[in-house]
Amino acid sequence: MSGEALLQVENLRLDLVVGSRRFGAVKDVSFSIGRGETFGLVGESGCGKSITALALIGLLRRPLAFGGGRILFKGREIQDLPGSEMRKLRGNAISMIFQEPMTALNPLSPVGRQIAEMFVLHKGATWHEAERKAVEALADVRVPAPDRRVKDYPHQLSGGMRQRVMIAIALACRPDLLLADEPTTALDVTVQAEILELIRDLSAAQGTAVLMISHDLGLIANMCARVGVMYAGRLVEERAAQEVFRAPSHPYTGGLVASLPLLGARASHGRSRLKEISGVVPAVTAFPEGCRFNPRCQARTDICIAEDPEETALPRGGRVRCHHHA
Amino acid sequence: MLQFVFRRLLQAIPILLAVAGLIFLLFSVIPGNFASTQISDGRAVMDAEAVERMNRQFGLDQPLATRFATYVGKLATLDLGTSFRTRQPVWHLIGERLWPTMQLAFASMMFAILIGVPLGFLAALRPGGIVDTVSMVTAVSGLSLPKFWLGLMLMYLFALQLGWLPSFGYGDGALRNLILPSIALGVAPLALLARTTRAAVLEIMNADFVRTARAKGMSERRVVQWHLARNALVIVLTTVGLQFGSVIGQAVVIEKLFAWPGLGSLLVDSVSLRDIPVVQGCILVIVLFFLVVNMLVDVLAAIIDPRIRYS
Amino acid sequence: MKLRANLVIGGALFATVVVAGALAPFLAHTDPVMDANLMNAEVAPGSEFWFGTDAQGRDIYSRVLYGARISLTVGIVSQLINTVIGVCLGLSAAYWGGWWDDFVNGLTNLMLAIPSLIFALAIMAILTPGLTSLLIALGLTNWSYTCRLSRASALSLKSQGYVQAAKVLGYGDIRIMLTQILPNILGPIIVIGTLGMGGAVLAEASLSFLGLGIRPPFPSWGSMLSDARDQITTAPWISIFPGLAIFMTVLGLNLLGDGLRDILDPQSRARTA
Repeated sequence: MSGEALLQVENLRLDLVVGSRRFGAVKDVSFSIGRGETFGLVGESGCGKSITALALIGLLRRPLAFGGGRILFKGREIQDLPGSEMRKLRGNAISMIFQEPMTALNPLSPVGRQIAEMFVLHKGATWHEAERKAVEALADVRVPAPDRRVKDYPHQLSGGMRQRVMIAIALACRPDLLLADEPTTALDVTVQAEILELIRDLSAAQGTAVLMISHDLGLIANMCARVGVMYAGRLVEERAAQEVFRAPSHPYTGGLVASLPLLGARASHGRSRLKEISGVVPAVTAFPEGCRFNPRCQARTDICIAEDPEETALPRGGRVRCHHHA
Repeated sequence: MLQFVFRRLLQAIPILLAVAGLIFLLFSVIPGNFASTQISDGRAVMDAEAVERMNRQFGLDQPLATRFATYVGKLATLDLGTSFRTRQPVWHLIGERLWPTMQLAFASMMFAILIGVPLGFLAALRPGGIVDTVSMVTAVSGLSLPKFWLGLMLMYLFALQLGWLPSFGYGDGALRNLILPSIALGVAPLALLARTTRAAVLEIMNADFVRTARAKGMSERRVVQWHLARNALVIVLTTVGLQFGSVIGQAVVIEKLFAWPGLGSLLVDSVSLRDIPVVQGCILVIVLFFLVVNMLVDVLAAIIDPRIRYS
Repeated sequence: MKLRANLVIGGALFATVVVAGALAPFLAHTDPVMDANLMNAEVAPGSEFWFGTDAQGRDIYSRVLYGARISLTVGIVSQLINTVIGVCLGLSAAYWGGWWDDFVNGLTNLMLAIPSLIFALAIMAILTPGLTSLLIALGLTNWSYTCRLSRASALSLKSQGYVQAAKVLGYGDIRIMLTQILPNILGPIIVIGTLGMGGAVLAEASLSFLGLGIRPPFPSWGSMLSDARDQITTAPWISIFPGLAIFMTVLGLNLLGDGLRDILDPQSRARTA
């Protein structure tokens, strides 16, 4: 782990509340992120990655609710902070960018004003100063002609441009931690690379730690030093990124790696076609007993159905949650 | 912005022309004409010569196309024709009635907005809560009430039993006289506005950009004021514009009930008497009023929402 | 569950009105038109005359029962006409496009520009007052929402695989519209139709109240109220019961429409009515 821990998540539990019943949508998830580190969370849709991020800045909405555990930011517990305290952190020390740039901006305000709002909210700037700083912020995210673009409305910008605006908003107050929830999924492939580069460069320059969330293991491998793999609300494996690729320990991670198309790798490995993991992620209300991956696992034995595996430390660093880990 | 207003004005012209054409056609297919209905209704007895003289006087003996051309030509010079009955220019008759109708329409709309919008807003804050349930039950009841019956009941209670307010009449435009008819007329748009506001607020509350606003660290109050309210306002405004149509439509019944000297009662009287030029004139002016109000609403919406401006 | 409450209450109210109308000859105490008796004029509600009597001494309870027949006939028939017009125009406009689509669009915009009650009034002006004229006037003036909805849904369905497949199979245009597209938009159309029926009942009452719909002595709720106005001080019950009957019917239809919308058309919320 590089540097001291900036964020520490311990035994996080998030519940889906249906009537009087609570289902553990996320259970016993622990990880930490060092200052300036980029940590990746990977897994299929519905594994609980996004709600984990939302929980970190206190934005869970009904029917989801905090269920237990601790979230430490710079050594301070923030899971029970009152609204007003949490708001001082939100957008300021911890900020977030979302998957959908098309709808994430207010359609009725010029984008410059939406960036400027950050300086007014958190830095006590006047609107006049803030508008000037917004131009700089747009220039930082490499938007051409920023002095003119600040007057544009979101609908006048392309998806890539809007995501740049979102990044400008998120990084405006130089946060310590940026939560990036599938920031490029909705964009064209060519634009994706530019946006990722932008996030990488700016976070490095500002010393901002990044929690990068994606279903795309390739993207995560490119961006992050360390990776957490989530499945059905549990963190099933957490290790250095190269290790995960070289020798995945959890069968689910193995499946993800095997389903990855590797350029030029096909011939040398003699792999004729991409592997897939059969089946789908179960619904939160229907998580299986025992290991949650057991219905889809090829290495399943009786114990997998009977017992929920504990986290085990791996000899070369990292953790895994599997009875039969490699 | 000016360009938008101009474009919007241009769009209104063909609609107005089409309405003129439609009502002209409608009243040309009447079997017979004004003069002969006067005879068949037995309201007046005219000999054949008188009928012919009247037809000639009003140009009713000309072919249809010629009559329409003349009609549109006159419209272009703002001439709505002459009443069959009083022989006065239709403009004159309508001019006297326009202001009371506008007063009534605006007053009932104000009543609807001032109560309906906050009600819908409160309902949306706690969906399924008591306020929500009560206001939505009230809303669906308000939509189902026959306006003239509500008016009659209000009249009975507040004018005849309690004696607080005058039971009918214009009273030279006194506020006292305006209250009961505007409530009777405003209840339906109030109900609809409450429902629309609730739906709009609920929809926007779950919008991505509201989540962004929260993620920025904005207080809940500011999220509601700045991001939510403005976006909901656009939807509410459009509904208000459209509701004006049904308000001036329903005003016909309310004006008749409260003996309100507006366009609506003029229209009803003229329909009963088959005074066609006045009927045509009233409908045209009502449609024009509706179009103008909606244009104003669109301009307002475009000021708030840039997407309308540029589309 | 709120959804159930809408449907149950709405359905019950509407069913009551339907039963009252259908069984009027058995439930009524007197003939609604003929049994005028000036000796019994303006009798207050009581055990003999449940809802009281009017100025001509007719039993209001019986007249309200018979009034249900007129309201329901007008509501159902005129809304059927509207629905057929709206669906035909909307589907064909979407399917054939071109000048026909432009024409239908223009016509719809025109209809939306004229308040529907005013339009119905204008049509009544050239017809002789009566049931048939009412059905025509109300049946021709409230199809624009159905038309817009059918057009929009048909446009989005048109390009879908199964409709294209039907085309490849050599199905005729009309057959495709009726068998492939119509069933898929039936839900929202039923919802608009139900709510529109309530509107038609109100419109009939309004026109009859103005003396331009059903004429006395026939017991339309609207014309009963028109008569009742003069006796509002001496005999308020003459006004109360026909009004309550209209309210109940329209409320039933509106609740039914809302309930059906929750089931049949969950994604659309009440924007317009």
